[in-house]
Amino acid sequence: MHVCLAIPGQVVRWLRRDPPFCEAEVDFLGVRRVCNLSCVPEAQASDYVIVHAGVAISLVDAAAAEQTLQELRSLETHENWGEAHE
Amino acid sequence: MKLIDEFRDPDLAHRLVDSIRGLATRRWTIMEVCGGQTHGLLRHGIDEELRDVVELLHGPGCPVCVTPADAIDHAIELSLRPGFLLTTFGDMLRVPGKERSLMQAQADGAKMQMVYSPLDAVKLAQEFPSTQVVFFAVGFETTAPATAIAVSQAAALKLQNFSVLTAHVRVEPAMEAIAQAPDCRVNGFLAAGHVCTITGYEQYRQFANRYRIPIVVTGFEPVDLLEGIYRCIQLLEQGSTEVVNAYARSVRVAGNSAALEILQQVFVIADRPWRGLGQMPQGGLVLASAFREFDAVEKFALHQSSVDVEEECQSGAVMSGRIRPTQCPHFGTRCTPQSPLGAPMVSTEGACSAYYRYTSLAPL
Ligand code: SF4
Repeated sequence: MHVCLAIPGQVVRWLRRDPPFCEAEVDFLGVRRVCNLSCVPEAQASDYVIVHAGVAISLVDAAAAEQTLQELRSLETHENWGEAHE
Repeated sequence: MKLIDEFRDPDLAHRLVDSIRGLATRRWTIMEVCGGQTHGLLRHGIDEELRDVVELLHGPGCPVCVTPADAIDHAIELSLRPGFLLTTFGDMLRVPGKERSLMQAQADGAKMQMVYSPLDAVKLAQEFPSTQVVFFAVGFETTAPATAIAVSQAAALKLQNFSVLTAHVRVEPAMEAIAQAPDCRVNGFLAAGHVCTITGYEQYRQFANRYRIPIVVTGFEPVDLLEGIYRCIQLLEQGSTEVVNAYARSVRVAGNSAALEILQQVFVIADRPWRGLGQMPQGGLVLASAFREFDAVEKFALHQSSVDVEEECQSGAVMSGRIRPTQCPHFGTRCTPQSPLGAPMVSTEGACSAYYRYTSLAPL
């Protein structure tokens, strides 16, 4: 495995809440695994988390993802516009 | 999945490539720090695609590559003791120690098991109370929280048969060593998005200013990598030495506070030798005194040897961006994934393995 590989999955349900044993079931494109959620205690069912070596390292900010994509898409529109008017 | 597919969108990626071309007035030299990103850049052909506007140097962010041969020998030594089970990530098994790899030691009866998480090693220790389960812990700040949680679980469960061979490393001192070198060619850094997910990026502001090198916190999908390059060139063209976060869906400026808290409980920062790069001041994490009973080196009285092996492997030059893997005289000849001379050829984050797998320069 990649030591630094971390992949997003969707929290299905919490199994236990006592740190450092906090555990939840997480869905990775249909494959469910039990992951440790000690580092994202605020995560709720249906949230996306990024999991590395069995531990969720962040709660994915879906709004930030959307904003990034929008910025990148408009970046291009803007430049195409610039070209078209050159 | 939405969050993955959108950041792999080929149309958006192509448009970003065009934007990067439109932006650059010269060819810039950018170093991606993380080995996972090196693989992403080569796998998707981004380095080739942008060759005319950016030279990508591959950084030292391969924890497997920088784990000293000594540590691997310790792991082998423990795996051969009766009643011991050595657990580690799959990547470590084929990395050569001073004489051989863990996998090669299996022929002599070494007992080991590949695990996906250090928490699996804790479970094994619970399941087999009469076996000494040792977790060989490698990785940057991304992985260290998982080890910290494992140690803290073992402490809560009062496990007497669980310990850790710690080889955790910190990324910033390595970036610093590269930036400080008199022959440093790096114009801009792409910082490792998953390390920053834990540590945040506030500390990079001072760094960027001190070395006059802009830093862009970057993710791992093709669109993320291209955005990182785009933002970095934008800063370079403006003459700015700012720090920009191009992985906002995962990285917050202050990092992950729960992860940082557990790291601070379990580990302390220490100097550490890095394979190929030498002694790295504050370059590693060791167990804090409250958790020393879980330190395999102390618990099993392993000897620390100070003699460094003469290595034929040029990993130091590769990981500091001085040479490309293909410029190593052994690349693809005496050193291949089947018979590696060095860790960068076998690690899934090693630059040599990336070149061997993804470039046409590799012999068939
Ligand atoms: S090609 Fe092999 S010997 Fe050369 S630097 Fe890479 S891993 Fe080391």
